[in-house]
Amino acid sequence: MAERHQTDEIPLASLATGATALLTRIGGDRAFRRRVMELGLVPGSAVQKRKTAPLGDPIELEVRGCRLSIRRAEAEVVWVKA
Amino acid sequence: MSEARPLIALAGNPNTGKTTLFNHLTGSRARVGNYPGVTVERRVATMTLGAGQEADLVDIPGTYSIVGRSAEEQIAVRELTGLGGGRRPDLVVLCVDATNLVRNLYLALQLQELGVNLVIALTMMDEARGILPEPHRLGAALQCSIAPVVARSGEGVSALVELIRDRLATPDAAPRWRWTPSAALREVMDRVTAAAPAGWPKDDALALWALMSVSEDDELQGVPAAVRAAALLGGPGGEAIDEEVITARYRWLDEHIAPLLSGPPERSLTDRVDAVLIHPVFGFVVFLGIMFVVFQSLFAWADPAITLIEDVFGALGGLIASSLPPGILNDLLVNGVIGGMGSVVVFLPQILLLFFMLGLLEDSGYMARVAYLMDRVMRLMNLNGRAFVPMLSGFACAIPAVMATRTMERQRDRLLTMMVVPLMTCSARLPIYTLMIGALFPPDRLWGVVPVQGLLMVAMYLFSVVMALSAAWVLSRTVLKAPNVALVLELPPYRAPRLRDVLRMMTSRASMFLREAGTVILGFTILLWALLSFPKDVELTQDYEAQIAAAATEEQAAELTAARDGERLRGSYGGRLGHALEPVIQPLGFDWKIGVGLIGAFAAREVFVSTMGVVYGVGGDVNEESVTLRERMRSELRDDGKPVYTPLVGMSLMAFFALACQCMSTLAVVKRETGGWRWPAFLFVYMTSLAWAVSFVIYQGGRLLGFAG
Repeated sequence: MAERHQTDEIPLASLATGATALLTRIGGDRAFRRRVMELGLVPGSAVQKRKTAPLGDPIELEVRGCRLSIRRAEAEVVWVKA
Repeated sequence: MSEARPLIALAGNPNTGKTTLFNHLTGSRARVGNYPGVTVERRVATMTLGAGQEADLVDIPGTYSIVGRSAEEQIAVRELTGLGGGRRPDLVVLCVDATNLVRNLYLALQLQELGVNLVIALTMMDEARGILPEPHRLGAALQCSIAPVVARSGEGVSALVELIRDRLATPDAAPRWRWTPSAALREVMDRVTAAAPAGWPKDDALALWALMSVSEDDELQGVPAAVRAAALLGGPGGEAIDEEVITARYRWLDEHIAPLLSGPPERSLTDRVDAVLIHPVFGFVVFLGIMFVVFQSLFAWADPAITLIEDVFGALGGLIASSLPPGILNDLLVNGVIGGMGSVVVFLPQILLLFFMLGLLEDSGYMARVAYLMDRVMRLMNLNGRAFVPMLSGFACAIPAVMATRTMERQRDRLLTMMVVPLMTCSARLPIYTLMIGALFPPDRLWGVVPVQGLLMVAMYLFSVVMALSAAWVLSRTVLKAPNVALVLELPPYRAPRLRDVLRMMTSRASMFLREAGTVILGFTILLWALLSFPKDVELTQDYEAQIAAAATEEQAAELTAARDGERLRGSYGGRLGHALEPVIQPLGFDWKIGVGLIGAFAAREVFVSTMGVVYGVGGDVNEESVTLRERMRSELRDDGKPVYTPLVGMSLMAFFALACQCMSTLAVVKRETGGWRWPAFLFVYMTSLAWAVSFVIYQGGRLLGFAG
């Protein structure tokens, strides 16, 4: 995670609820990356963190008008720039 | 192919109204089967194109992309291109949700790259009028025929059929690419194309499919080794390819499609409903309420219908028994055939009710919220939130619960759920527990407050949950170990379910159960009947017939009949099998008579009670509340004069019933869902071994601790 300190990127998981940010890059394994990108979470798109599920996981996002939910662990490897 | 009737494929993202459109286009009953090797159903139906012209319409499972490394994700690309020996469809109708255009059209771009003869059905037009003022401009931008429809009302469907007819007459299958691959990507695509052997199309889109799908641990079938090797070989890494391709497609969509929209989709209703339904407090209150209704309907509301079915089949059996001369044929018809049909039909109320409610939950969009709310809990079992409803249904009956796993996306998740659902305390186990607890444990109260018998019943429920959780934990790390797939869940807008679609799905599931699982259950019932009825020439210790004829009172005659039937059963093949089983079940504290009961219980667990009634010569017409049967059990002695049934044996037997796969109907329905005997065989072996081991530990451990064995 050395890169983390070189930029003003933060993980999507740390984004404030309700805030919108620009997606910069997606980590995680290949199948996960491909799946979320094909659902519209490509670098450069605006993503809003809408809610956190009542039990603390997963979280709800909105991208291109579409509501998606991913787990907190995965939201830790999706990077955004406020 | 020109003479055969056209084959049309219906594709689209999930939640686009695809099923509703399928029903509108076909109207008639769909032919439902399984895709080979995966637990996904394939639905085909006839659609009328007009003027005596018909076509076959195949419903492709909802998908976001044609790319994927799992066997079930491969279905779409196989159906769309005819790869792997299938027939390539003459036309593809793509359902596109007009309220979610950009994301939905991502799949359209993939299809255009593949060069399929494409027609787009623009669904949800009633919701999208405000945001997509000029749908025809979309057709121009995509260079594709488009028909706006409202699948719910059928508006625009006839225009869509007309368009389909036109496109069948004058196909347009030229590949269209909206982006240009980089030089590095071009090179690896050419390498894959060059490696393709005869029979595998030399096609850029398929090369790209291979580059994005093939991986070291994929489940793809029928990909030639040369293509596989070329797709895995060097060049830019797979991750770089994925990012380049997906970003390029979305860039085109953002530039050419997004400007056609006049604003974001109207979501205020969904927002207001979600404010309650996924609220930290109210959300769970509503959730518990809805789940209570689902559970209660299976557990209690289905009961009158179940009783009615049992009564009707009982009366039918009685009618045949009295109108035919007594003998083997009579017995076969009454106890084998009628009894077997009864034990199939008896599942229908629960199956119909569960699928009715699943249909409402799924089509309204609430099922995605169940997954969202419960994911944290179901993750403990390495499952996602969608497994919750099948697991809950398992407390009523494993049969509808196993069928309900179809609402889950992944093959591995479905299998894992099917393998642990039968461990849940289903309603058929209750009579056994009631009998054992009532016969062997005192109606005392612990500390003067808590009833011991009630406490034991609660303990059995907890035990089943703990065992199911543990089994899921172990199986997901061994037999069903799969690459950990991240949860990516779409939360679709709430929509009113269309009753006709829900009812159609419900009847289709029920008839599938009757046709496919029903025949297996019927066969098993007749086999079990034969085991417990033959041979007929069992040597009896007394001349019962003469004694019955000479009996002074009816009571005496009934006692003698029961004693005779008991002796016959003990001499039957089933009885002998019980004897043969004795060395195996003795370490669990069971004698051979219990062994006979276990064999009988395979028809359905609750049959154990009546089988024990016959074995002990108190007659088969007993229930779990029967005082005679309880007393008979308490007074039953072993050869050494000690009682057979001690509380320890009761515990051991209850644990056995909690864990053993004592249910042929479960095996039949798992066989139907998985399309083979492999998984039901595994289920039977693992559950029964687990039951044996746990009962062994309880009985032998209990004896070591000094409890009476």
